[in-house]
Amino acid sequence: MKRRQFIVSSGALVVSFGAARLAENLGLGSLASAQRLNGAGSRQLDGWLAIKADGSVTAFTGKCELGHGLYTAQTQLIAEELCVPFNRVTLVQCDTELTPDQGTTSGAQSHPTNFNNADLALAGATAREALVALAAERLGVQATQLTIKDGVLSVTSNSARRVSYAELIGGRTFNLTLNPNAKRKSPADWTVLGTPVPRVEIPAMVAGRFEYVHNVRVPRMLHGRVVRPPSANATVASVDRRSVEGMDGVVSVVVKKNFVGVVAEKPWQAVQAAAKLNVSWTPGAALPPQRDLHASLRSATATRDTRMVDSGNVDAALAGAGTVVRATYLYPYQMHGSVGTACAVADVQGDKATIWAASQAVWPLRSSTAQVLGIRPESVHVIFKQGPGCYGINGADTVAYDAALLSQAVGRPVRVQLMRADEMAWENYGVAYLVEQRAAIDPNGLIAAWDYESWAPTRGGRPGANAPGNLVTGTLAGFEPAAFQPRTPAPAATAFANNNNAVPSYVTGSVNGRAGGTGRIQAERVVTHGVRSTFFTGPLRSPERLQNTFAHESFIDEVAAALRVDPLEYRLKHLSDPRLIDVVNAVGKAANWQRRPSPMQPIRRNGVASGRGMSCVLYEGDNGYCAMVAEVDVGLDSGVISIRRLVIANDSGPISNPDGLRNQLEGGAIQGISRTLLEEVTWDDQKITSVDWRTYKPLFLSSQVPAIDIVLINRPDMPAMGAGETAVTVMAGAIGNAVFDATGARLRQIPFTPERVTSALAARA
Amino acid sequence: MSRITLKVNGASHTVDVDPATPLLYVLSDDLQLNGPKFGCGLGQCGCCTVIIKGQAVRSCITAVSTVNGAEVTSLEGLGRLEQPHPIQQAFVDEQAVQCGFCLSGVILTAKAYLDRNPKASEEEIRNAMSGVLCRCGANTRMLKAIGRYARGLKA
Repeated sequence: MKRRQFIVSSGALVVSFGAARLAENLGLGSLASAQRLNGAGSRQLDGWLAIKADGSVTAFTGKCELGHGLYTAQTQLIAEELCVPFNRVTLVQCDTELTPDQGTTSGAQSHPTNFNNADLALAGATAREALVALAAERLGVQATQLTIKDGVLSVTSNSARRVSYAELIGGRTFNLTLNPNAKRKSPADWTVLGTPVPRVEIPAMVAGRFEYVHNVRVPRMLHGRVVRPPSANATVASVDRRSVEGMDGVVSVVVKKNFVGVVAEKPWQAVQAAAKLNVSWTPGAALPPQRDLHASLRSATATRDTRMVDSGNVDAALAGAGTVVRATYLYPYQMHGSVGTACAVADVQGDKATIWAASQAVWPLRSSTAQVLGIRPESVHVIFKQGPGCYGINGADTVAYDAALLSQAVGRPVRVQLMRADEMAWENYGVAYLVEQRAAIDPNGLIAAWDYESWAPTRGGRPGANAPGNLVTGTLAGFEPAAFQPRTPAPAATAFANNNNAVPSYVTGSVNGRAGGTGRIQAERVVTHGVRSTFFTGPLRSPERLQNTFAHESFIDEVAAALRVDPLEYRLKHLSDPRLIDVVNAVGKAANWQRRPSPMQPIRRNGVASGRGMSCVLYEGDNGYCAMVAEVDVGLDSGVISIRRLVIANDSGPISNPDGLRNQLEGGAIQGISRTLLEEVTWDDQKITSVDWRTYKPLFLSSQVPAIDIVLINRPDMPAMGAGETAVTVMAGAIGNAVFDATGARLRQIPFTPERVTSALAARA
Repeated sequence: MSRITLKVNGASHTVDVDPATPLLYVLSDDLQLNGPKFGCGLGQCGCCTVIIKGQAVRSCITAVSTVNGAEVTSLEGLGRLEQPHPIQQAFVDEQAVQCGFCLSGVILTAKAYLDRNPKASEEEIRNAMSGVLCRCGANTRMLKAIGRYARGLKA
């Protein structure tokens, strides 16, 4: 469906929230300039906004709702910039034939992209200024003499002289490019943005009416299921199609290299056929033992090395220091483990394809799916439909390939939903990590030099426009993952960047004489080693940043403990960034932090020990400040950690929706508890063994219910930053430090299982 | 294949399916309901929950033949969009949702439990919810919403 058709008809498949104003015909009438949009965003105002004949506003965004409230926040943004009531705005999100190409909704980049002076926000400001200019001309006054309210412009001194958006441009196009000088409304004047507008989708969701990608139903639709290899490196030897002959409803068995799937009339028939299909597999190489994971990372020789900062004097500082503190931190592979398995519907007809997917990346998916199908990207139409919370690249993209391959083979629309083990054994895991830290302590008890080195395995990742082999289905169908390219030694950094938070908060981050970091330590070295991974990997909420922040925030605490000083105060002595200092002070105040060294004295030997720990970060080096205090109880016999209370201080610039922000911080923290205490991908010598919720244990609804207190620091005059990944990033460090405070036992390996806690307790002096 | 009659959200339906088909597939495919969802297919997470005879039942591991003739209530049968059930309204009031995919398990498990135990303590409610999974971490809000509904029952 092309944009114009959409605008006049708005099919139920596209807009079906159930809410009346969304289900109505968008009725934009004869908007003729339905441009096709390629590339990053759009320079054309009409690509972002339309004013209908009734004066209501339709906005088009390339950043989608993932359960984090972005749909509502973007609707608030447009209502605010255009001075119309919230319910007069309809937002259309992520459709390769309708909305601007904004790449991928990821990396906590939606607020930086769409809420600063570019893209969607700039479109709103450009449109408002254009409407003001039109009204001034129509009414014969200066623009400064006009007041706007609810989509009506009136002369301030005589409100009877007025003209509405509908009268000015309703049903017609602006024919303007975005004006980079268009002025955003001042946050001081906000009445919709910045307020806790309830989420648009929630009434339909709680009523069971919301349409997820799983509920897309198209005429003549069949149901597919995939048959993944039984072990990690197995390949297809032969497929016995007769093994499912005569089964009710079975339409086809599809084999393409190592990709195997079945198509049936009904979903349960497809499930049964996939289970019964007799495939002979050639077992591949055995998997390396899980217990050797971190040792094998440390000893890897073919590595891709990056030198993020190096002041050149770290070795000398370490050699000359009276005290050197050292520690090594270990992190496992973890899963996205979305609560619903991934699902997509594909309709491939000859050289054209329509894909309904819960992908964060409809445009890249259009290109990579075209490659999988062997057709032109321009012939593929990808429509975003919300799925379960994704937290990064879960199965949403790979299942779109599954559905596309099966639909292409049978020539009818096919819906595929993965079975639980299909997704858990083959998703792109969050990366394992090994971090080695060393600090030289000067005679005043400050850190004179910080030395960081890490090893992390990678394979595949987001497929982007041209690497379908970065996902399991692409690899099975014959595409290679992006090549791993070793690079040793690392070249010198040319500019400071801390996207993965490998650089600790406490160093200056100096590259070419410019200090880009948030701290004061001048002797600094940060070197990372990428290692070829056995398993697919990809971004999982706070990718690498969580792993690195756990290592940094545990280590600064270890140094403070070695020096017998208060860990909050010790952080402040090494920080230079005023906003990071502010969140640390704010969380300390809200938590009533008592300044004293850790651990709490006297150290308990039995019963339950209680303690508090803190952690902080500037996410991605430039995208959201967060500090947290965790208060925990530790069962000294059981090794069980209970999180009693969390206090979070967050500064992500101007707040779009305070309740939405709180929801993200709470959710990030709870998910962080699950990842810190429980989650770990496991395998044997052939295959992944964590394939369901018994073998990959997550936090269930009520097993940890801490009180959560949140301090929101609003910075209306600063740029908008991300907030979806800040709290999860600091969680592990805060818990580990609290356990140390309670017990004197230091935990350096995630997850903090009771076994690891009891052995750390036993190792205490 | 066999003909099976189900009463779902007050309406009677007869379907002709393999009697071993899990109830979930009949509800979401044959009857095209959006409420119950496939989360794991193993009865571990709760996404597929419906209420049958006052019990929260995991429809992904319940053969449709075993509920022949029974009254089934799914999330959409609890209340209407315009007139939600008080427990649904409590989730709106607390904004106790992120992606929303787990809501059948969360809301219907709580509803069935509180129908039988309207005076349940906070701790008892937590125990009743300990087998339900939310991966977005809306846990604290969801428990607040359930608590809000429970207080309304006692009042």
